[in-house]
Amino acid sequence: MLGIVDQKDISTVFDRYKKQELHCGFGVLGLCCKNCNFGPCRIDPFAEEPSVGVCGADANVIAARNLVRHVTAGSACHSDHGRELAKLLLLIGEGKAPGYKVKDEKKLKKIAEEYKINIENKAMDEIAVMLGKKLLDEYGQQEGEINLMNRAPEKQKGIWRKNKFWPRGIDREIVENMARTNMGVDNDYKNLIAGGIRCSLADGWGGSMIGTDVSDIIFGSPQPIRSISNLGVLKEDAVNIVLHGHVPILSDMICDAALNKEIIDYVNSKGIKGGINIVGICCTANEILMRRGIPVAGNMLQQELAIMTGVVDLMVVDLQCIMPGLQELLKCYHTRIISTSSKARFPGFEYIEFKEEGGLDIAKRILKIGVDNYSKRVKELINIPKEKMDLIAGFTTENISTFLGGKYRATYRPLNDAIISGRLRGVVGVVGCNNPKFGSGRFHIDLVKELIKKDVLVLQTGCAALECAKEGLLRPESAKEFAGKGLQEICETVGIPPVLHVGSCVDNSRILTACIEMVKEGGVGEGLDELPIAGAAPEWMSEKAIAIGFYFVASGALVVLGGSFPVTGAKNLTKFITEDVEKITGGRFSFCETPKKMTEVIIAHLNKKRETLKLKPMMYEK
Amino acid sequence: MLNEIKSRFLSGKKIYCDISKCLGCRSCEIACAVEHSKTKDLFQAIDETVPPQSRVAVERLDITHHTFHITQSLPLQCRHCDDAPCIKICPTKSMQKLDDEGPVVHKDETCIGCKWCILVCPFGIPKVGRSGKIIIKCDLCIERLKTGNIPACVEACPTKAIRFVTVEKVAKEKKKKFLVSFVRNGKTIGD
Repeated sequence: MLGIVDQKDISTVFDRYKKQELHCGFGVLGLCCKNCNFGPCRIDPFAEEPSVGVCGADANVIAARNLVRHVTAGSACHSDHGRELAKLLLLIGEGKAPGYKVKDEKKLKKIAEEYKINIENKAMDEIAVMLGKKLLDEYGQQEGEINLMNRAPEKQKGIWRKNKFWPRGIDREIVENMARTNMGVDNDYKNLIAGGIRCSLADGWGGSMIGTDVSDIIFGSPQPIRSISNLGVLKEDAVNIVLHGHVPILSDMICDAALNKEIIDYVNSKGIKGGINIVGICCTANEILMRRGIPVAGNMLQQELAIMTGVVDLMVVDLQCIMPGLQELLKCYHTRIISTSSKARFPGFEYIEFKEEGGLDIAKRILKIGVDNYSKRVKELINIPKEKMDLIAGFTTENISTFLGGKYRATYRPLNDAIISGRLRGVVGVVGCNNPKFGSGRFHIDLVKELIKKDVLVLQTGCAALECAKEGLLRPESAKEFAGKGLQEICETVGIPPVLHVGSCVDNSRILTACIEMVKEGGVGEGLDELPIAGAAPEWMSEKAIAIGFYFVASGALVVLGGSFPVTGAKNLTKFITEDVEKITGGRFSFCETPKKMTEVIIAHLNKKRETLKLKPMMYEK
Repeated sequence: MLNEIKSRFLSGKKIYCDISKCLGCRSCEIACAVEHSKTKDLFQAIDETVPPQSRVAVERLDITHHTFHITQSLPLQCRHCDDAPCIKICPTKSMQKLDDEGPVVHKDETCIGCKWCILVCPFGIPKVGRSGKIIIKCDLCIERLKTGNIPACVEACPTKAIRFVTVEKVAKEKKKKFLVSFVRNGKTIGD
């Protein structure tokens, strides 16, 4: 695909990245502050002047403020995502969102009970209304504790209460962190990070977790499902509709609308043999993949390349990770792009505001636009790469236990036993974005292959999962090809791939709940910080990734990043988040430049945890 | 080797700055320091026991022209003078010009740290190094030139204000600009 780029004089994310190199040294080191008009200030990285900003803030304060603002922004994205879903649940209960309904009644009841709602003799609609209201209340809560964190082990709850990390309300923590990072407010880098920790917990155990759980309630809890990935899923003889963005409120409805008789008749009336081919890009792709097996055209780095196949008749987007660079492509290709969120406007896109209340009708209208555009393809520009790859997705905290224990004895016991006996070294989440800075996906593939070779079970979300999907790592067969003997045995016995796709980026909350089950099952640690687990975001790009990293560290995990956060020019701050914070939460960050180094750090960490727990040595270690 | 450098990469090229394009961002300083560090990598250079030093300094000018007052920044580094006062004064011949068109480079091994080069330079360029009796001064990134690269500050400048060109080229561009303007509009400089 990139060969075509050169010929056509179009810029993609890869060209634009080259033009931006070398990135500003002050920026990458975290030594630039733009928070007030005394500045913008720079701190010299080589012990020359200036060593402080105009107000007197040093490198540690400046870098900490910037980092916390990133955490706040990332948390805000996930929180808004959860908010939209909570709102939809309320609308469904009130009967105001025809076309949407509760698909997982069992989960609705379970979560309602967690919120102390009396569900006895109540209809589903009533419960949905009550739960929707309680969830939305948590956003506006001023005091108290957000609820879902009660799922965590006692040890974590103790740590969070002792250090005042427990968020009081989801929106409250966002507001307070924007306030504390203003000029002349918080000038203690440790206190700033504490604020960032609290805000991130309001994301991971608040907004994101609500997003995951309510999506399961409304759109159904995923079950393991087969599908295919990469640009080869686009078809020459069908109307190709790419769904891109994040919130399944849009994407799932479009999928429903495509099955609607009115649309099927419309497509047939145009004589289009292949019908409608819906594919996904980025996190919304993961949502419809996990629940419906919709094929994935690619991760977010491929959004432009998809259009450049010349066969995307319509791209429908909502928000997050959508590149404005797409607007340039509209000059050359027949593709139409429709944006649907009032929060995410692009001057070059068409705009049809998506409202839950009229969701099905709007979705049908959008699909018809795609169908109409099929005849406008330019033959000379059609170039569909052949690459496609099978995958299995759809793993969740709830169904992993079914796989491990069987339908009637769903349990995490086999997983814990495997870890205790030394067949499995531990569990690592390899998550996050794809970034030209770190190899455009290569880092993920190399790291995951190394980890499974060392008998580590890998869980994945987001664009990281999609990259490994394209490489074939999400197939059960990849256990034989790449996994160590211990992991191979488990995969063969249970019938799972060595790499489990657990969903979109808000579904990183599934990794939290899976870890809780491991602790509950017993034998591998009394708290999340004692488990032989780690998280890695090797090609992080988004502020959301920083927020996710923070909530995992706050929950006791080692989180390893490709490259680093923009803080390394501030020595004390860097030491605090990569070393000292472990004494507080049990978790810490680590910055690694290469897959090899990252593997070393992760394996050493897992081994250390195993040693502390006095687990058996690794069964197949040479 | 010297002739090779001269014909392929130098050819009388020096570092010139179009100050109208200088933003004062100091990216040139960072790139210069990293280039002259032990590790030559930004993330590792900040951890070196002796922090590396930049040979270029972004200075600030306050310019008043009639009633017009602006603050202008410009990067100042060694001019690699043809008739360099620092070479004339150096008692141990540690300051050397590689050839007529080449840079003035400083040899650390024979330097005795008398600091007279600092005193005689009309531009105040040489600095005392952090790690003892050596002099820090722009070396035209001679090591980079040997491998076919341009000086670090030139590469790093985001607005291409800093250029690696011959003075003849700069003059030629100015001539062209003037003539075009004169022929087109009958305007001369200052109109």
